Amino acid sequence: MSAVANDAIATAVLAQFPAVQQKHADNGRAFLLVPKGDLVAVAHFLRTQKSLRFDALMDLTAYDLLKYPSTPPSDDIAVVYLLFSYQHRHKVTLKVLAPRAECEVATVSGEWPAALYFEREVFDLFGVRFPGHPSLRRIMTPDDWQGHPLRKDYLYPDSYHGVAHLRDGQHFEGSPPRGGDTP
Amino acid sequence: MTIEASTPSGERMTLNMGPHHPATHGVLRIVVESDGEVVATCTPDHGYLHRSIEKIGECVEWPMFVPYTDRVDYVCAMNANLAYCIAAEKLLQSDPANTFVVPRRGECIRVLVAELNRISSHLVAVGAMAMDVGAYTPFLHGIAQREGVNDIFEKLCGQRLTYNYVTIGGVAYDLYDTAIDEIRRFLDQFEREMVRFNKLVTTNTIFRDRCASVATVSAAEAIAWGLVGPNLRGSGVDFDLRRDEPYGIYGELGVQVPVGQAFAGRKGSVGDAYDRYVVRLLEILESIRLCRAVLELLPPAAAKANDPIGGWQADVGKQVKRPPKGEVHVRTEAPRGEMGYFLVSDGTKALFRVRCRTGSFTAAGIFHHVMRGIFLADVVAVIGSFDIVVPEIDR
Repeated sequence: MSAVANDAIATAVLAQFPAVQQKHADNGRAFLLVPKGDLVAVAHFLRTQKSLRFDALMDLTAYDLLKYPSTPPSDDIAVVYLLFSYQHRHKVTLKVLAPRAECEVATVSGEWPAALYFEREVFDLFGVRFPGHPSLRRIMTPDDWQGHPLRKDYLYPDSYHGVAHLRDGQHFEGSPPRGGDTP
Repeated sequence: MTIEASTPSGERMTLNMGPHHPATHGVLRIVVESDGEVVATCTPDHGYLHRSIEKIGECVEWPMFVPYTDRVDYVCAMNANLAYCIAAEKLLQSDPANTFVVPRRGECIRVLVAELNRISSHLVAVGAMAMDVGAYTPFLHGIAQREGVNDIFEKLCGQRLTYNYVTIGGVAYDLYDTAIDEIRRFLDQFEREMVRFNKLVTTNTIFRDRCASVATVSAAEAIAWGLVGPNLRGSGVDFDLRRDEPYGIYGELGVQVPVGQAFAGRKGSVGDAYDRYVVRLLEILESIRLCRAVLELLPPAAAKANDPIGGWQADVGKQVKRPPKGEVHVRTEAPRGEMGYFLVSDGTKALFRVRCRTGSFTAAGIFHHVMRGIFLADVVAVIGSFDIVVPEIDR
């Protein structure tokens, strides 16, 4: 059991996958920006490489870069993979950018079965599709829900199956005034 | 004992459990397709309790989100508060200009309430599990003891279930005058009660054999499927965030970590339902010890709330109005395992993204895997042994 420092993990990955970049968040937190095409290979490398052995997926989540004050502005969805190694007790963060137009990232459920549920949640709330996922269905919202609530440009529906969410005359910020059923 | 699901006649029965089945610990629906008495497929259906808490987090200011964390897991709301507050503090402190530290007394109170809440949460878990396999009495014993914790918390912060007590920078109020005596008295009384509880349930042959070798999860499976907390330790993985990634004052307390070791004897196996149950019981005993240890460390109260030693609340009013940009991921050990907050701040009063990863979510994710091939009657026992709390899954 020997933890590998974050920079050393990055060096090991970069040596194998030159397209991966090591980046830092605004407060200095390091992460690896992985190109979409490399994700499954990088994940497999991180999980199986003896000195790294990231055997657990702590969390898989996403956030919408639209409205985030970054330079240059972006409207991608960032999918975040937080990995942990129970054997070596070290961590790494991967990020993959999924463009809004073609919002899909290959599934990593082949590496960590825990991703099966996490990916369903990200699909439901962000609309990121995970090709290769065996049962990519909505998990939080009903199957016939419209839109993906955690996207920053999400419009709240005024009603669902005829049940109004608001009183007459009210409407949600950014949504068109009430009338009709779920868009 | 695992029996392979076979389809001799191709006749299968679909059974709908829930969404209001009493054994589902909340509003969970499970669609079970069975072949006679044996489960062929099991499909959990989530979302009945989805309140979009993560979305709400993007709409309210940093401290205003604390009451919502209560609702993420109302069985251990103190731990849920604590997880978010530690993450928020860490993100604030990533700006070197923010030099506040949580006062020593505040840190001690945090651990004290977190461990008391762990006791009450595990009592519900073991009691409900016993109820799920058919013994009603232990549940009432568990609930009766939990009242003791609830009474202390009610005096402490006015609430019995959703406390909103731990705040960013410390805790909301100091301990009340007689708190220390009352907590000591409760712990003494409760420790005696646990002996009775163990005689009634834990060493009960019927209960032990009922849970032995049911839904066994190997250590490798538990890690790969993202199980955390007692479910992970039940499978024999020696890992506890309180010991291995200590936060607060846990590093000084020397937390002992129980792991599953086929407690049911020859009939059992490492990682079965009985192991998960016993690990929770041992954690209760460890929590009693930790509570007593913290009471020894507790510095006397100071006059000012933000006193670095005797205070309980650092003043962060200005900092949360102008937080730094950036992101943070912090995980803490809640009774149902790792509660991880991934926060992204864009420098405004409201967080840009609040992500809460909970133990029950991944525990529910393994259901369809472990339920295959078990008996129909074991389904509720399995749900009970994983100790899921549905609002934590749906959030």
